[in-house]
Amino acid sequence: MACYLTTGKHMSIYTSVFTVLLLLAVTAPVALGFGFAGASAARSSVAPLRWFGKSYIALVRGVPDIAFFLFFVIALDQGIEYLRHKALCRDWSEPIRQGNDFVVCQAAKMPLGDAPQWVHETYGFSLAVLTFSIVFGAFAANVLFGAMRAVPHAQLETAGAYGMSQRQIFWRVLVPQMWVYALPGLSNLWMVLIKATPLLFLLGIEDIVYWARELGGTKTSRFTDYPHGDWRMWYFLALLVFYLVFTRISEVVLERLMQRLTHGQATSGGEAQRKAAA
Amino acid sequence: MKKLILTTAVLALTAGVAFADGHGKTIRMGTEGAYPPYNFINDAGEVDGFERELGDELCARAELTCEWVTNEWDSIIPNLVSGNYDTIIAGMSITDEREEVIDFTQNYTLPDPSAYLVLSADVDLANGVIAAQTNTIQAAFIADTGATLVEFATPEETIAAVKNGEADAVLADKAFLTPIEADDADLMFLEQEEMIGGGIGMGLRESDTELRDKFDAAIQSMKDDGTLNALLDKWEIGGAF
Repeated sequence: MACYLTTGKHMSIYTSVFTVLLLLAVTAPVALGFGFAGASAARSSVAPLRWFGKSYIALVRGVPDIAFFLFFVIALDQGIEYLRHKALCRDWSEPIRQGNDFVVCQAAKMPLGDAPQWVHETYGFSLAVLTFSIVFGAFAANVLFGAMRAVPHAQLETAGAYGMSQRQIFWRVLVPQMWVYALPGLSNLWMVLIKATPLLFLLGIEDIVYWARELGGTKTSRFTDYPHGDWRMWYFLALLVFYLVFTRISEVVLERLMQRLTHGQATSGGEAQRKAAA
Repeated sequence: MKKLILTTAVLALTAGVAFADGHGKTIRMGTEGAYPPYNFINDAGEVDGFERELGDELCARAELTCEWVTNEWDSIIPNLVSGNYDTIIAGMSITDEREEVIDFTQNYTLPDPSAYLVLSADVDLANGVIAAQTNTIQAAFIADTGATLVEFATPEETIAAVKNGEADAVLADKAFLTPIEADDADLMFLEQEEMIGGGIGMGLRESDTELRDKFDAAIQSMKDDGTLNALLDKWEIGGAF
């Protein structure tokens, strides 16, 4: 049994666990950045910026995730190759679109055709991170936009009365206080993001769900040293445990964070903390 | 002397043509990796099977550097035409519908009979529920009969559907079903088999004629010297050229 769990194929599922964790570790801050930028843009006093922020939030939130993942990644990939093609292969006479085919010169390929497999995988992974970030950034932007409006307006006016500039009000009064309002929404997003990682497979990245399905599938004795029946249930059970443990840990951490953010805030939670201490 | 100069000139020209596209280019071979004996992931986590051996040999004969990538069956054609890999070598039968979108090399297997795998021999094929993998010739075949078709994304799920009673039978390539039937005492074949499809070929982008010609020639040379038949034999795939 020890041998069974250490085949090259099993190593792939262990590696894919790290792929998923890495994706989360990179996507979460990037998406938060997108969200912050989107929310700031949406409440900007400059009209075009405001329109941009609002349409980003509305558009991306309105499109089904799967459609977005299938369409956007291919469009983005082809867009990059198209631009590189225009820049690098000026003397190319054939059309780029030939019927169903998308043909660019070899030098414009992303990644280059002769690049090793890991470069292809890293490139695919980066596209995945970007797509996840854009999608979850839009949701985060909406949460942050709401949180920014939830900060008591009187405080902002008071800050203005003390002579703070708009920039100072934003960074010193609004932003430090909004997190407590944003956290419940953001923690929801984080939970959804954890569970959305199997969408990676749509983007051609072999994640844990792919490998669980592949490893758990019936194996006949002709093609493997370890034939077995349909074990997908056990593999998926392991995934279930993995995801439950992971979300549980997240909950504990988020709860602690909430406690800290609530401290000294003009919310019912902050009031309760003050009374408990007194 | 004249002849010598001419040959050198021709050589230089053809070398130039080959250089333009072939220089440093790695041919990426796209496969599914879930359809033994044609292609599957072995214990070491690598692509293995009849098509792995065949593909490596073809690349050697065509003097190409090749690399294997796996892709889900569902999106295997869209990813080819958008250029994520250069060939499909995944037990894909040559059909008119697919010919409209991509190009095929000549076939490297004869049409393999498709067989029905069932739990009991008294299945009503005309009105029963029959499982097949999405976007396969078998799925298209059943859709045209009176039977109810249930489609699954992976071959694995079609077998599971029969074993848990969701479907009465599964229709798939016989070479794929044979080792499964041999390992499982509950499953059996029906006598009836269907001859569908025009054999399996490699799929390429329609604009990639040069590459297709190279693989075509390599397949022909393997047919001619009998190595292809030996491979078919080794992986127990029906039919010899």
